[in-house]
Amino acid sequence: MQSSSSPAQAQPRANLAGWLYVSPLVLVLVPFFVAPILVVLAASFFATDGFGGLTPGFTLASYVEVLHSALTLKLYLATIKFTLLTWIFTLIIGFFVAYFLVFHVRNQLLAIGLFLLCTVPFWTSNIIRMISWIPLLGKEGLINQALLAIGVIHQPLEVLLFSDLAVVIAYVHQLTIFMIVPIFNSMARIDKKLIEAAIDAGASRFDIMRLIVVPMSKSGIALGTIFVVSIVMGDFFVVKVMSGGGSASVVSAFYEDVGVLQYPSAAASAVLLTLVLVAIVSLILRTVDIRQEITQ
Amino acid sequence: MSAVLADMPETVSPATTKAIAPSKGGRPWTFYVLATLFSLYVIALYGPMFCIYILSFQDIRGGLVFPMKGHSLHWFVDLFTQVRTGDVKGSFDRSIKLAVIVTIITVVVSFLAGLGFRKRFRGDTVVFYMMIGSLVAPGLVLGLGTGLLFQALGLNASWYTSALGAQLSWTLPFGVLVMFAVMSRFNHVWEEAAYDLGASRWQSIWLVMIPVLAPGLVAVALFGFTLSYDEFARSLQTAGSLNTLPLEIWSMTLNVTSPSLYALGTVTTIVSFVVIGASLGTIVLIQKKRGSRVKG
Repeated sequence: MQSSSSPAQAQPRANLAGWLYVSPLVLVLVPFFVAPILVVLAASFFATDGFGGLTPGFTLASYVEVLHSALTLKLYLATIKFTLLTWIFTLIIGFFVAYFLVFHVRNQLLAIGLFLLCTVPFWTSNIIRMISWIPLLGKEGLINQALLAIGVIHQPLEVLLFSDLAVVIAYVHQLTIFMIVPIFNSMARIDKKLIEAAIDAGASRFDIMRLIVVPMSKSGIALGTIFVVSIVMGDFFVVKVMSGGGSASVVSAFYEDVGVLQYPSAAASAVLLTLVLVAIVSLILRTVDIRQEITQ
Repeated sequence: MSAVLADMPETVSPATTKAIAPSKGGRPWTFYVLATLFSLYVIALYGPMFCIYILSFQDIRGGLVFPMKGHSLHWFVDLFTQVRTGDVKGSFDRSIKLAVIVTIITVVVSFLAGLGFRKRFRGDTVVFYMMIGSLVAPGLVLGLGTGLLFQALGLNASWYTSALGAQLSWTLPFGVLVMFAVMSRFNHVWEEAAYDLGASRWQSIWLVMIPVLAPGLVAVALFGFTLSYDEFARSLQTAGSLNTLPLEIWSMTLNVTSPSLYALGTVTTIVSFVVIGASLGTIVLIQKKRGSRVKG
């Protein structure tokens, strides 16, 4: 801020400038995020004739139906199970891969190269990446062939593909990068002098991890968690394809509802899911101020 | 994912790399454990993909699993000529065009928003949370909302209107978050020096900020391109009558059970590599140019 102008004069100008800069962003988000969400919210209160026609009005029938359905609880439990498992695996792998690249690879160029190596597969369609597990996990896939060949099993394992296991494998395969990148980013900014000082002061490797690395990677972990949780909870096609139709999540049920034109009940369950997601994300944002950590 | 790569030359200067504490002197045992973990991760990342690349080069007897039966380009020809595999060429074309448009808009809007968020302004928190909301909202729900909105307004959904907007509601928040990380490393001294030398605001942006931030902007562009080229859930209800490539792949996974699917994977991978290679080449060129200018 110019020192000549008093804060009282300067603030409205800063406000105007700020809004001018973000106005294109707002001009996209209002019609393509705020308005669609409001449309879905409105549709959740509408009545339906069962053939895709919507009758404007206000009824809580869809919510009552969704909340009373035993299926809803089952779907949420399945979604939470997939989310938690995926989150744990992506966090563990993502954290240690980032830690390895930042603190253990001495050659800077090699670290960049290895990091690139991790990102390359994500330049391909994620549907393709998902179906690429078929030749491996299938009944006649490589893993079964290998296990049969060495005599560990005598019947091909059926749980490998089209199962909950396959769903979690596909999620971890697709989403670990969303953990690696933000954690890598925050770890790379830790001043190595701090760690040297800690070593000089007699800290063990575990102490350094617990007292320096983990706390200082918190913003990266939080950002990665937001990416992973919101993608898994909002996904339907990994569950649909990898479980072979055997499992369902909240959004895959939503997808089926839309397919049979049950808009109000689909909308009601979408509103509920969005509320759950908002609650989870605000809990995460409460632990770290991402904006402040990123812009500082 | 590419954001970090573009920033890296600035984040870790050669002086600090030598001082990486835990790997000073002899390798600790943790190095070998983490190196093993990293290798396993990379194998799991690439293994399945290589399987489908190899299997896509089978001859006409080929199936979805190993062993490989002969080798030919049969399935690539099949992919582009058979009616049952759908309109691969057309959807490919649309996806590339859409991705280019999304990329351009994402870079410009994210850069402006990044500038805006550098200073606090009244209502910035609202815009910030709107962005986070747009990022975490389930894609299918937003897609449906956008589709219903267009229907209610009497507009035709198409890939260059509704699908474009729906994709931007996902690429822009990513782009702005990457922009935050990029701008947090921008040294304000350069900007102030420009002002001291009598530069106007626009001159300081055009002649100082954009050249300095160019690698970061390329990273945002890469993000925008890959996210759009791969976007599925948000396009499903908004693309109208003509499919984008991920939608085409999706319908293929439901109908086609031949190595054509794998051939498609190989083709899309090659395209990604060409695009990303060109972008990375641009970063390297820009940095080289800048390096020689500083020396000269």
